Amino acid sequence: MANKDMKVHPTPMLDELEKGPWPSFVTGLKRLRDADKRYSPVVNDLLGQLEHSYEEKLGFWKGGAISVLGYGAGVIPRFSEVPEEYPASSEFHTLRIIPPAGYHYNTEVLRKLCDVWEQYGSGLIAFHGQSGDIMFQGVDSENTQKAFDALNEMGFDMGGAGPDLRTSMNCVGHARCEMSCFDEIKVHRAVLNEYLDEMHRPALPYKFKFKFSGCPNDCVNAIHRADMAVIGTWRDDMKVDQAKVKEYVEELGRDYINEHVVGMCPSKSLKLNDKDELEVDNKSCVRCMHCLNVMTKALSPGDDKGVVILIGGKRTLKIGDLMGTVIKPFVKMETEEDIEAFVEFAGEVIDFFAENALEHERTGEMIDRIGLPAFLEGIGVEPDPNMVLHPRQVSYVRTDDFQDELEKARARKASKEAAE
Amino acid sequence: MSEAAVKPRMPEEHGVPDPFPWMHPIMKKNYGQWDHHYRPRPGVLCHVAKSGDKIYTVRAGTQRQMDVFTIRKLCDLADKYADGHVRFTTRSNIEFLLADEANVEPLIEELKEGGFPVGGTGNSVSMVSHTQGWLHCDIPGTDASGVVKSLMDLMYDEFVNEEMPNRVRITSSCCQINCGGQGDIAINVQYTKPPRINHDLVANVCERPAVVARCPVAAIRPALVNGKPSLEVDEKKCVCCGACYAPCPPMQINGKEETKIAIWVGGKHSNARSKPAFHKLVMAGLPNNPPRWPEAGEVVMKILRAYKENAKDWERIGEWIARIGWPRFFELIDVPFIKHHIDTWTYARLTHNHSTHIQY
Ligand code: HEM
Ligand code: HEM
Ligand code: HEM
Ligand code: SF4
Ligand code: SF4
Ligand code: SF4
Ligand code: SF4
Repeated sequence: MANKDMKVHPTPMLDELEKGPWPSFVTGLKRLRDADKRYSPVVNDLLGQLEHSYEEKLGFWKGGAISVLGYGAGVIPRFSEVPEEYPASSEFHTLRIIPPAGYHYNTEVLRKLCDVWEQYGSGLIAFHGQSGDIMFQGVDSENTQKAFDALNEMGFDMGGAGPDLRTSMNCVGHARCEMSCFDEIKVHRAVLNEYLDEMHRPALPYKFKFKFSGCPNDCVNAIHRADMAVIGTWRDDMKVDQAKVKEYVEELGRDYINEHVVGMCPSKSLKLNDKDELEVDNKSCVRCMHCLNVMTKALSPGDDKGVVILIGGKRTLKIGDLMGTVIKPFVKMETEEDIEAFVEFAGEVIDFFAENALEHERTGEMIDRIGLPAFLEGIGVEPDPNMVLHPRQVSYVRTDDFQDELEKARARKASKEAAE
Repeated sequence: MSEAAVKPRMPEEHGVPDPFPWMHPIMKKNYGQWDHHYRPRPGVLCHVAKSGDKIYTVRAGTQRQMDVFTIRKLCDLADKYADGHVRFTTRSNIEFLLADEANVEPLIEELKEGGFPVGGTGNSVSMVSHTQGWLHCDIPGTDASGVVKSLMDLMYDEFVNEEMPNRVRITSSCCQINCGGQGDIAINVQYTKPPRINHDLVANVCERPAVVARCPVAAIRPALVNGKPSLEVDEKKCVCCGACYAPCPPMQINGKEETKIAIWVGGKHSNARSKPAFHKLVMAGLPNNPPRWPEAGEVVMKILRAYKENAKDWERIGEWIARIGWPRFFELIDVPFIKHHIDTWTYARLTHNHSTHIQY
């Protein structure tokens, strides 16, 4: 290859990161630099610029505008601010590519992804970005379209970026977890694939993220990080195998069970009785998952499964971190109709966000500004005490229709009961 | 020219790929029909389906930003031991899926030889969630990969063993937008000085009303500087959040010495026992000190040691502190409590102690 005159940048600071037992990204980058491939000079200059950052304690990338044909988002453009010194990596864009739901791969597809990225990119891939995408890092402007076309031919599509619907994620759930209360992959794909247009052609006030966790352990951090968090749970009694409970008592001891299972139940719903049986007060249990996590063999979710939907989570920018809060305390998510109804609801929420949020305002900020009652009215959801920690504490509110609202709520309840 | 060459290729809107063609057959067969799981050893899970089928998972740490050679090496191991099937966790660990228990030990041996730590399961310290940093972001205050690598080297033993009271999920963020998320411990950039404005560039680069609107404390005003439209910052109001920097790079928030590191504790995603929680400030003003960030690492290790020695089984860091109280926590890690630990943001009052509940 024609890389003979490549002058290797010294990287004394980065070299320090080759020491120590954890796998080193610097060693990996050097493998690419020393592979004598088309991209080797690119990675050499990338290492040079990174070393420069380590010395100056500053970043040297700026954004720009790069996209692929037909789509308005998904490429993260990166141009160097020091291109004279590091010309080969002066264009080092990222493609955000949507991974298979649940991050399942076989080696055949992984190898093909590697081949594409060796052909057009830098050979550097992140599995996965915090956004949930596969991050194909390091492609120049000219090869961006070609690389995308090759990935697109394989069946992969561009992820979200900017003010649009973002790439989502789901936990391993149904594929390998006994706690899972709904088919995360199916619901994830149903919603995202229905609203792909919102991802590929950014037209929202700001980003909108879904995340799907199969149970309240929330392995994909949905409550903190999703505008709409969909989290599995159940309504009926949890299942208890008392014979297995006894095995746990024998193995761990009564004291341990009392201190670490019964004593740590947040809703005081558990009791280990004199016969070493676990009694569960299912009416007061808040489905926190703790006892199921400790005694995986003895306890499991009930049969009447569904999801809780929480809306409004986001990170710091700009009013401070917000958690998602309960908007639907329980929705069934089993049949095709259940899933269709959810997809429709999700669409209504996105529409309301699109119409009512200010520019660069996330869903949670919008709800803070207009008030939860106005949001509920806007998306057609009835208030429910599960949405709050406690009722209002401040009297400053106009209540002239209080009695009318009570009447309406009573009428709704009556007609719902009549329908059942 | 042929027609194909003239007509541009439009994308196929595939959307989220169907994972089933790539999923391990045992997982496909028992989809939604799992009974329970146990952990035979750190880094290994065994899930048992209602059908009686078993699948073994061997979890290993990666550098996340992987070169194709590393990925292919992991593929070779997957072909040899895992019927060619892997998945990744949200924290960039790779999981090999094994039908045959006999393959577990040989795979672990080869992973170790290849330099991939096996662990991150149960009550261990898993991989630090990882952002972009100097390697690829346009607004970073520090590097992400280097910070994560340095921390994981320090915490290596806690990754490969399960000796913590409960799981520890650490996050890092290289600017105050905090892509890294909430964590039991968070190592985040904290700016310390208002932006220095490059007035020559503002007019060309920035949409001034958008920048003004971005500031959470309304500290930015449009202004004429040397006869040119620019911006000015009321430095008494500015909370040095860096929000104005992303839409307007001339609002230079980063500085060689001014960008510092802060450490937070007690964030939690899961609903298990206590409700999900945000992390809270413990330390700030630590130097942004590449290539190894030893000062930040030292504080993290001090917190981990205190937690390991003092918490009860199953208590997460935040739950442990809630039990022993913040005064005792600050004593244990030998950090004085100062005015900056007291919240002043919206709803700050809700974080103050409105009771006589005090632990002496
Ligand atoms: C003749 C007229 C008023 C009388 C006799 C009166 C009397 C009181 C009293 C006895 C308290 C309780 C003090 C305590 O807790 O120690 C109080 C508190 C208060 N008053 Fe008035 N008040 C009057 C008018 C107003 C008006 C017009 C306003 C508002 C516009 C107002 C706003 C408040 C507020 C905000 C508190 C504070 C409660 C707290 O947070 O502790 N008061 N007032
Ligand atoms: C004719 C007018 C009022 C009468 C006769 C009256 C009487 C009283 C009495 C007997 C108490 C109980 C004191 C105690 O527990 O030691 C009290 C408490 C209080 N009053 Fe009034 N009050 C009047 C007007 C107001 C007004 C106008 C306000 C405020 C706007 C107000 C605010 C309060 C407050 C905040 C308390 C303290 C409650 C607590 O936190 O314990 N009162 N008042
Ligand atoms: C190279 C540049 C950037 C990269 C690679 C990047 C990537 C990310 C990633 C991976 C996340 C985490 C997403 C998640 O938790 O699901 C994130 C979060 C976030 N990013 Fe960026 N980002 C970049 C630039 C920006 C800029 C310029 C802004 C603002 C103008 C921004 C605003 C945010 C915000 C507010 C979050 C918070 C997470 C949340 O609320 O969910 N990012 N970013
Ligand atoms: S969120 Fe619940 S169902 Fe999903 S992987 Fe975690 S424990 Fe399992
Ligand atoms: S799931 Fe949580 S709240 Fe319910 S009984 Fe178990 S520990 Fe208690
Ligand atoms: S935390 Fe900030 S600097 Fe780091 S990758 Fe995210 S946006 Fe960029
Ligand atoms: S750093 Fe934050 S507070 Fe200061 S001027 Fe910029 S946006 Fe406003």
